[in-house]
Amino acid sequence: MKEYNILIAGSGGQGVQTIGKLMTEIGMENGFEVSFIPSYGPEMRGGTSNCGVNISEEPIASPLVVTPTDLVALNLPSLDKFESTVVPGGNIIYDSDLISRKPARDDVNYFAIPFTSLAEKLGVRANMLVSGKLLGVTGLCAPEGAESTIRALTVKRPALFEPNMKALRAGYEL
Amino acid sequence: MSVVFKKPDALCDVTMHYCPGCTHGIVHRLVAEVIDELGIVGNTVGVAPVGCAVFAYNYFECDMIEAAHGRAPAVATGCKRANPNNIVFTYQGDGDLAAIGTAETVHAASRGENITVIFINNTIYGMTSGQMAPTSLPGQVTTTSPYGRDPRQAGFPIRVCEMLSTLSGTAYCERVSVDCVKNVMQAKKAIKKAFENQIAGKGFSLVEVLSTCPSNWGLSPLESLERLRRDMIPYYPLGVYCDKEPFAAFEEAAK
Amino acid sequence: MSDKILMKGNEALAEAAIRAGCRFFFGYPITPQTQLPEYMAKKMPKIGGTFLQAESEVAAINMVLGAASAGVRVMTSSSSPGISLKAEGISYLAGSDLPAVIVNIQRGGPGLGGIQPSQADYWQATKGLAHGDFRVLSLAPAGIQEAVDLMGTAFDLADKYRMPVMILGDGILGQMMEPVRLPDPVESLPEKPWATTGTKGKRKHNIVNSLYIQPEALEEIVRARYERYAQVEANETRVETWLCDDADIIVTAYGSTARICRNAIRAARADGIKVGMIRPITLWPFPSETYAAHVPHTKAILDVEMSMGQMIDDVRLAVGNAVPVHFFGRTGGVVPTPAEIRARIDEICKEA
Repeated sequence: MKEYNILIAGSGGQGVQTIGKLMTEIGMENGFEVSFIPSYGPEMRGGTSNCGVNISEEPIASPLVVTPTDLVALNLPSLDKFESTVVPGGNIIYDSDLISRKPARDDVNYFAIPFTSLAEKLGVRANMLVSGKLLGVTGLCAPEGAESTIRALTVKRPALFEPNMKALRAGYEL
Repeated sequence: MSVVFKKPDALCDVTMHYCPGCTHGIVHRLVAEVIDELGIVGNTVGVAPVGCAVFAYNYFECDMIEAAHGRAPAVATGCKRANPNNIVFTYQGDGDLAAIGTAETVHAASRGENITVIFINNTIYGMTSGQMAPTSLPGQVTTTSPYGRDPRQAGFPIRVCEMLSTLSGTAYCERVSVDCVKNVMQAKKAIKKAFENQIAGKGFSLVEVLSTCPSNWGLSPLESLERLRRDMIPYYPLGVYCDKEPFAAFEEAAK
Repeated sequence: MSDKILMKGNEALAEAAIRAGCRFFFGYPITPQTQLPEYMAKKMPKIGGTFLQAESEVAAINMVLGAASAGVRVMTSSSSPGISLKAEGISYLAGSDLPAVIVNIQRGGPGLGGIQPSQADYWQATKGLAHGDFRVLSLAPAGIQEAVDLMGTAFDLADKYRMPVMILGDGILGQMMEPVRLPDPVESLPEKPWATTGTKGKRKHNIVNSLYIQPEALEEIVRARYERYAQVEANETRVETWLCDDADIIVTAYGSTARICRNAIRAARADGIKVGMIRPITLWPFPSETYAAHVPHTKAILDVEMSMGQMIDDVRLAVGNAVPVHFFGRTGGVVPTPAEIRARIDEICKEA
């Protein structure tokens, strides 16, 4: 049975919730059961932000992501806080521009990627690169599987469809 | 035989519970006469308060709602918003409107809620038999200000018309009295205007009626009317405090 | 393309209410339910409805009372501290036989408490919401689809029994997103001949009132209301049972907590432990008979709540001394994990 419990964490403004919602939509469009749960709190901007996404072939029971199969950490506090919660054999994707310390575990797969500088270099949004990489690491679907979702999200500004797909593909290839 | 005096159609043919000399009966009658004259009884919804007028729902022929203490303006808001074609009025005393329901009063006025508020100010809590009201005068003896209301301890009376007239949303507020025939006639004119304003969609209209409470003041009906004239009118001057069209003014300014 | 759309719980509740014919919303912002009024603020003006941000929760519930008197479908929503403020108005709604829907997206308490998910308002929702002899029909959805479906039910039951109905959720339900299939908008709404819409000169005046100064009159009206409550108990009790038939241990929980329990139960079953679940969907009326029916073949019950234990009172009343009723709870906004619940199941197995 395919089942992904994804935790995405970073600081407010990094697009953490956007990545989470995007993965949830893509999961749904590809026929999976899904749930999305954000952290919420008094910090509107700049505080810590995280969200949990469950994607499964079976109905989702608990919507919480306590022991993620996949973790995305976009700042150091997020890696510090959640690194130990990932299931053995799970994946940790992190932004190596923003996190300089060495991984602490040897039973998970790490993907250290300089998302921030790459996004600048490619002229795309970092959160779309991260989303692409997450598709690749989880094997949820190829970028083409996200097309209908991206199209729906850019329905009011169709010019944004191609740049977003480009970033997603670039992330997927990383 | 020609009829020279009769009960307004908008009043039910029932015995009221008010004490002898109480002016609630006069004000009920004035409201009913206005409803008759405007021909709106079948379209009017009244909201009764908690206080002496709590049974007002039994006295008017129109549809009635009994609100929680102080909440009549909120109840009227919900009712009016649901059916804007209904004419909705509240009938509230000083404790209801100016103590426990101050927020509801101020915000209904501030929103320019298109309702009519009849406000009875008799400077005392009648139904619970004689406690201090937010409008009790300095020095006034009540069961909860047995040594006379001391503003240093119990604060100052609230002048509702003055306060509400400062709000942009208030269309109309006037203070009247029912202590003599002339003032009763003026009170009726004010009440009629407050209903007409609603029909014309002008917004929040309030008529404050200085009233008596012989039972709890410990005075005869006549002495009560004298007290009203002697002590209350100087503190609560009669007159129109606000007469404007908030939304028309706003739309004009926006042009 | 999926025929479902991904919606946040708070927003899905709002849309479901609109589709149930609700055109009037009065409320006041409070975390974690604020997206519900925000959705109403956006949508209502476009469909000829009314959204009004009241000056307080107290005012909001009384605006609900006014609109309910006028015969329309009306609702408010809030979170725990706000529901305490609405208590007065809910008692008046009940005492005036008025239908309305109230949503409580619970957060930690008492006092200002916290803003994270909680189920510490169970007693409030099912027993002591406010003064007087009265009941509120309480529905506790565990997911967003169920919340959407129960919203329509809530309005129907409120109208049918002329009583306030509460949807009791928590911060998880309000904040999470799930795919939902939205119902078609209702076409026709029930007639309400008792509403205060003006006599039009065609009938005696309608009075919406909760005051009966003669004790005998008040007793009579309360008794009549309780006859309706008996009908509600007989006809409207809702419960889900899952894997109960062969269960040695029955976990019981409602709302979001039941979702989390499900993971623990699956894990226990995978290890050969026979665990099932009873999930009340109506909290009042409480599905006592369902518990009683499973008592003969079960060894223990584990009640799990995001509170210090409130529903457990009703569970104990339902099963008596027939089986031990254990408890596991987290409170203050702390959400129990499947692993914690599983550990408690294992402990009970050892004791048994």
